[in-house]
Amino acid sequence: MTAASESGSAGAGASPVTPSQTVGPFFGYALPYEAGPEVVPGWRPDAIRVRGRVLDGAGEPVPDALLEIWQADETGEIPRRPGGLARAGHDFSGFGRCGTDPDGGFWFTTVKPGPIGAAAPYIAVLVFARGLLKHVFTRLYFPEDAAAHAADPLLGDVPDERRATLIAEREGERRYRFDIHLQGERETVFLGF
Amino acid sequence: MDKAEASPHPPYLYPGYKSTVLRAPAQELIMPKLGPDSVELTSPVFGHQELGRRDFDLTVQHPGEPLGERIIVTGRVLDTAGRPVRNALVEVWQANAAGRYPHLGDLHPAPLDPNFTGAGRCLTGDDGRYRFITIKPGAYPWGNHHNAWRPAHIHYSVFGTAFTQRLVTQMYFPGDPLFAYDPIFQSIPGEKDREKLIARFDMDTTEPEWALGYQWDIVLGDTPTEAR
Repeated sequence: MTAASESGSAGAGASPVTPSQTVGPFFGYALPYEAGPEVVPGWRPDAIRVRGRVLDGAGEPVPDALLEIWQADETGEIPRRPGGLARAGHDFSGFGRCGTDPDGGFWFTTVKPGPIGAAAPYIAVLVFARGLLKHVFTRLYFPEDAAAHAADPLLGDVPDERRATLIAEREGERRYRFDIHLQGERETVFLGF
Repeated sequence: MDKAEASPHPPYLYPGYKSTVLRAPAQELIMPKLGPDSVELTSPVFGHQELGRRDFDLTVQHPGEPLGERIIVTGRVLDTAGRPVRNALVEVWQANAAGRYPHLGDLHPAPLDPNFTGAGRCLTGDDGRYRFITIKPGAYPWGNHHNAWRPAHIHYSVFGTAFTQRLVTQMYFPGDPLFAYDPIFQSIPGEKDREKLIARFDMDTTEPEWALGYQWDIVLGDTPTEAR
């Protein structure tokens, strides 16, 4: 967030960016909502289920984290319509939110996004938590897309030994697991946005 | 803006705030050569029909009126060029006037207020403006270190036009004597940047015989390629 944007808009009159602060431990009654993890209802035949845990540098669960996901639909189209809060009807809003449970666990039901351009299909993932003074930004890729991963521009920028942290594990038919290690030997790759 | 200017954000690791020690990423963040992708350069869209009409008023969520000092908090959500961010979802949450959250994990022996939950939300208007009516939150102790107290604050969560602009932060009140002792506030390296989190008391926002007014603008980070 340091460099001026390519648009050159950060010239005269540019305002300094508001600093981030931690989400703290007490967001649980304010930010999560019941339908938050259900980007699409789990009963839909094309629904996938993603689950995982958020872990700290000692491998302990992070029970006060909040995850947000944002993604294209199954055809690779980025949704431009509301509905992420209300989940009314069958519109796909592309947004999901889930707080972690006492074991650091989270889950989402959604659809697998289609590819966009040269990028392999992925879901954008944000993690907020007590102890994170600024959220972290990552991507969830799917294990069956190995060929596309080889050509993916972002994965090409990631050191080989860390690439696996961005790829979910297959747990069954349309079921995936994606653990997030904030720190430690298997620290997830986080993006500098 | 000087390109070499440091980030306004706190570092991930700030040992004075103990919880960062095992949660701060230790590896360098990866900046893709191509920058953020099309998904990351867009943001979820939220609509008025998804929000309650009175979600912006934290003082009317229960049968009775909450205790404490009634305040109006308003401001604009802007980009770094000063342009308003319209239709941005702004969510807030806070302690009650006694410094207590209605959360099972909050062990502060201060009273809960049956007429105050302390969560609200709204969408910004065409001028980027949000507005909340609430109660001034109290300071509260936390276990970070001996005699640790958080300055009074309201938590904010804001969506921009890109997922990369997502911001969660805290708004503070002017003149709080706890600023110097609070590692969360002090984790922001630049003094001017810290001051960006302090609202301004505003007599023009204050409503006679009813509520004090505060102004606080929020500036979201650049979308790295301004996909407009």
